[in-house]
Amino acid sequence: MTQDESRTGTGREAREAAAERAAIAVRPDEFHHSEAGSGAREKVFELKGIDVRYSGVAAVKGISMDIHRKDVTALIGPSGCGKSTLLRCLNRMNDLIPNAEVQGELLYHGEDLYGPTVDPVQVRKLIGMVFQKPNPFPKSIYDNVAFGPRILGRKDDLDATVEHALRGAALWEEVKDRLEDNAFGLSGGQQQRLCIARCIAVEPDVILMDEPCSALDPISTGKIEDLMIALKDEFSIVIVTHNMQQAARVSDRTAFLMVELDADEQNRWGRLVEYDDTEKIFTNPADQRTEDYVSGKVG
Amino acid sequence: MEATGIGATEPAGGPPRRLQAPGRRYGEKAIQGLLAACGILSVVTTTAIVISLIGPTIGFFEVVPVGDFLFGTEWTPQFEPPSFGVLGIVAGTLNVTLWGMLFASPIGLGSAIYLSEYARPRVRKTIKPVLEILAGIPTVAIGFFAASFILPEIIQPLWPGEFLGGAVGKPFMALAGGLGIGLMIVPIIASISEDAMSAVPNGLREGAYAMGATKMKVATRVVFPAALSGIVASIVLATSRAVGETMIVLLAAGSTPNFTLNPVEAVQTMTAYIGVTATGDIGTGTLDYKSVFAVGTVLFVLTLAMNLVSISLVRKYREVYE
Repeated sequence: MTQDESRTGTGREAREAAAERAAIAVRPDEFHHSEAGSGAREKVFELKGIDVRYSGVAAVKGISMDIHRKDVTALIGPSGCGKSTLLRCLNRMNDLIPNAEVQGELLYHGEDLYGPTVDPVQVRKLIGMVFQKPNPFPKSIYDNVAFGPRILGRKDDLDATVEHALRGAALWEEVKDRLEDNAFGLSGGQQQRLCIARCIAVEPDVILMDEPCSALDPISTGKIEDLMIALKDEFSIVIVTHNMQQAARVSDRTAFLMVELDADEQNRWGRLVEYDDTEKIFTNPADQRTEDYVSGKVG
Repeated sequence: MEATGIGATEPAGGPPRRLQAPGRRYGEKAIQGLLAACGILSVVTTTAIVISLIGPTIGFFEVVPVGDFLFGTEWTPQFEPPSFGVLGIVAGTLNVTLWGMLFASPIGLGSAIYLSEYARPRVRKTIKPVLEILAGIPTVAIGFFAASFILPEIIQPLWPGEFLGGAVGKPFMALAGGLGIGLMIVPIIASISEDAMSAVPNGLREGAYAMGATKMKVATRVVFPAALSGIVASIVLATSRAVGETMIVLLAAGSTPNFTLNPVEAVQTMTAYIGVTATGDIGTGTLDYKSVFAVGTVLFVLTLAMNLVSISLVRKYREVYE
């Protein structure tokens, strides 16, 4: 938990406050440590004109948006619109891809995430990630969850940390009697919740989820969606999803991205079309393209 | 053409509708037989080697008691009376293999970790072929390099004085043979271990990176354990190559049976004994002749055991992500 956490005025009030500014996708105002619920909401990320290029070819262009603390923010859009690329900018996972470059300004709690003194390893301790395909380590359930605390040297009371994380991921009751079993023996949905537990155990500030349910059956998906709603009391969550109903069910804010082509249709990249409260995106979007997408006419 | 049913809609002169093969396809059968023969050849060869070893080995043990052979440490076939304690040359093999493995394992694993986890794709594309070229250098060249360069230019100047008897003035030593063998097996360890590490799914690495793991932690805590059985298999395979190597040890480690693990002594390995004896003028059916086969049997059993271990480890490794 970070020290500037506010303990009052989250939830409903905050959402109403946010709704007042709903139509404005990009707020160019300066960052300041505001208390949630007292007017402007605290921002976790501020993206200002973000372009991402792989070997010089743009994958997304000109993305500007603010992501708020303790919201579930969904990124939706058709395949190839750069949702995952954008998500991976937020914890500098793109650094691992040779020739990937990020341009524009990306502030995390007001600090330049791509500043010269910022260490991507430190960034990822604070901004965890859950992937499309469950990727538990071929180790025991316990060792999977304990992995993060161990490599970060937080070895005090490891048992309690592991239990806390597994309870947080709603997996404890199912695995408490077989913590030493190999994680590969779990079902796909359990493996994904284990990956969420593994992420929670590092006590991040933000959890990024890249289509976390796309490999899961509907029941497992439902459990993970419930989990996301429960987790936002403690964490800010950004989720990429193909599933519009999922975005509608779990998120507070939704960003719709689309593929844009250049004049001769040689190059394609993702562009942010609309970013607003989820309810508004799904019931009364400002942009016709958003309406067409969420109503299933295209995409 | 038949003008019935759907066939009627076919363009005139289309292919006839026939369900029978146009011929017996002898070519196919011939190729199948040829390929099967290729596969069977290796089985036949192995069996033939075993059979050819058995006869003279039994003949050898009719003269020399099995216990004296397996547990004796004096290997002096030329003396009168001769002594055939195989441990005298098993020790030579162990001596050379030990130093070779101590040299090659860290370097091989280090290059594997570097290539798999740290090197940029372009660097990997350059270094891996070079490693494979090193694997292709004839062992006689490595042996000559060990005897004429490693021994006088590296070991003797660097050896600490009279430690373990001193290195100066010795034309052959186990350590020179060991380092030569090490050079030979570095590419084996590096290449197979690198394959095992590269086969670890990228998702595991990403999972660890996303928790704030450094490259070193990802390599040592995630990739290395996940690839462990492949890595062990590479080491076992390299060991059995080291045990079986002849030319390098003959040129650099000498032909003096010596029951010791001292690296600066000249030793004779099992393979070197076979090499020297079999190229000398020994009469078929003599005890010396039969002793070659007895030593060959020991060598065969040792390397077979190691290869079986290696194969089972590789199998186990394959199961990890299935």
